[in-house]
Amino acid sequence: MEYFIQLFLGGLTRGSIYALIALGYTMVYGIIELINFAHGEIYTIGAFTALITASVLTLYGFNEISILILASLVAVIYSSAYGFTIEKIAYKPLRHAPRLSPLISAIGMSVFLQNYVLLAQTSDFLPFPGLVPEFQFMKKYEHIFSSTELMIFLTTSVVMIILTLVIKFTKIGKAMRATAQDRKMAMLVGVDVNRIVSITFIIGSALAAIGGVLIASHIGQINFYIGFIAGIKAFTAAVLGGIGSIPGAVLGGFILGWTESFATGYVSSDYEDVFAFALLVLILIFRPAGILGKSKAQKV
Amino acid sequence: MRKLSEIKKSFLASIWFMFLTFPIMVIRVNPIEKVVEWRWRNMVFVGVGSFILSFVWRYMIRQKESGLKKNRADDRHKTPFIQRVREERRLFIPLIAVLSVLGVSFPFIFSAYQVNIMTTALMYVVLGLGLNIVVGLAGLLDLGYVAFYAVGAYTYGLLNHHFGLGFWAVLPAGAFMGALFGILLGFPVLRLRGDYLAIVTLGFGEIIRLVLENWNDFSFGPSGIANIDRPSFFGAQLSLQNATVYIYFLMIAIALFTVFVVNRLQNSRIGRAWVALREDEIACEAMGIDKTKTKLSAFALGATWAGMMGVLFAAKTTFINPASFTFLESAIILSIVVLGGMGSITGVIIGAFVLILLPEYLRAFSEYRMLLFGAILVIMMVFRPQGIISNVRRTYKFAGINISGEQSK
Repeated sequence: MEYFIQLFLGGLTRGSIYALIALGYTMVYGIIELINFAHGEIYTIGAFTALITASVLTLYGFNEISILILASLVAVIYSSAYGFTIEKIAYKPLRHAPRLSPLISAIGMSVFLQNYVLLAQTSDFLPFPGLVPEFQFMKKYEHIFSSTELMIFLTTSVVMIILTLVIKFTKIGKAMRATAQDRKMAMLVGVDVNRIVSITFIIGSALAAIGGVLIASHIGQINFYIGFIAGIKAFTAAVLGGIGSIPGAVLGGFILGWTESFATGYVSSDYEDVFAFALLVLILIFRPAGILGKSKAQKV
Repeated sequence: MRKLSEIKKSFLASIWFMFLTFPIMVIRVNPIEKVVEWRWRNMVFVGVGSFILSFVWRYMIRQKESGLKKNRADDRHKTPFIQRVREERRLFIPLIAVLSVLGVSFPFIFSAYQVNIMTTALMYVVLGLGLNIVVGLAGLLDLGYVAFYAVGAYTYGLLNHHFGLGFWAVLPAGAFMGALFGILLGFPVLRLRGDYLAIVTLGFGEIIRLVLENWNDFSFGPSGIANIDRPSFFGAQLSLQNATVYIYFLMIAIALFTVFVVNRLQNSRIGRAWVALREDEIACEAMGIDKTKTKLSAFALGATWAGMMGVLFAAKTTFINPASFTFLESAIILSIVVLGGMGSITGVIIGAFVLILLPEYLRAFSEYRMLLFGAILVIMMVFRPQGIISNVRRTYKFAGINISGEQSK
């Protein structure tokens, strides 16, 4: 039973990270119907920026809490800046191109950024400092649920609640929903669509950066390739829940997290990634619209 | 005044990129020894580079926009250069003659190393042409193309290891296995739209690679299969030097065969069905084209070439392991197709030679190879989505009807 709980909680933390990254995919897809392939690389860049900032700050003798806050902040700012720039360079000129063009451009961007990090930094795994402090009250449960995992779960929950509130109640959120429903109509009623697309990319990238910092301090090492696999898995989560739907992305993230956790725990740990991909293929075959997604009839 | 504002724009872009690349490009940390290295020189490069590039970028965007307008105005009367070369016999025949003399004499002039590189380039020509069927003609973005390549390579590797089967016996088997896997993958994804298809094929490619990596009893895991036989020459084993030349000529023959087949396919009934499917699925179905069969045939025929090339790859390197079949390989083949021009055979051939030979000969660049490939995908899509050589649509001219009502020829 304890093993089961351990796997359950492990899946929960894993799932909340996937959900965080999946939100970026889903929001962008909801608005411009593009799979932002470079989203995983944003997450890599977030993790690397946090690592670099943390190392520099440690050298200058900052204390732990301020390092945690500053490193996360810098990671979020930089990832958002990257997200913003990527959209301007690779996607904006292709707004009216055939569907395949922005997708290929996105794949190119992803390959480019991966190798940019590889060349500018290193191809080795870098140890990532455990930024999250150890909580005293968690000592008893350490063997099944670490403080970092608790922190991941709490942070992602808070972030998701804030995101939901922003989308539901602010003016920007309203404009985003309007753009997602009908871009032309939103333009007609005075929504600056280009600005909304930029904001969506910025928010999505910020979420990916938070996910990057959290998972890196949980796993304890990063390299240039982490974003690619995480990106595909998060995409799986987004599709699982129904791409374009925000609660769907969260639900999909948790389901994927549990699937992986239980499958690696009870079946075999060698095939960890295979389970995720197999789930993706199965979902797309049997329910392409996802769990919470509505399948739209194609307009002629 | 306009110039000043242009300079200001570029200046801002350069500041922005200097800010953007600051942590990744300038600082390098070594967390184990706790050393931080500051590389301010990189910042200067980024600043100057982005200052200049932003002029180029804006110039090209303007060119593209004015080009679009012009195109609409005179409705494309120019025939592209390559098309003209192909139509004019005076140019075409000497060109082919020169190329074939070069091709035949190449291994006798240059070293084995050069011949090897050429063989690799030719392999990518065939891979590119195979993917071109799926992506260029049928418009199905397949990101797991390398999986079929791996299937072919492992077919030969395993059959050779366990049963000692030779290259010639396995070549058709590899092609068949490629086609089989193409259909196996094609079936479930038939209903999916473009972008979902891309992800599923990517996932499929990764599954194949991960299975090969982890199923030790079957595929020998990450250590791969070594000592695979080279192709035999009518039963005789060749020395390394001769085998290189032999594989080179073999590859030329296969490449010519591929060009021939793909060219015939393109203008066949099924080729036209692919193009129609790419343009509009619904209209296509309304015209009575069987969507399932057409899509499956594209997958199968595309994968056939990858399977064949996989067999040849295993025979050429005599060693295979899963690390040769990563997603990056798929990305390289995709960049070849995109750079050359989706749907254009000449384009794909030129694209393969440019992308494979250029990094080989410009040694300084070889490190930046993948960076370059990524950038090419983006830049081509933004500025020239039709590729270097755009595919010429088959057109039928209507000669008109005489006043008397007779149909003129």
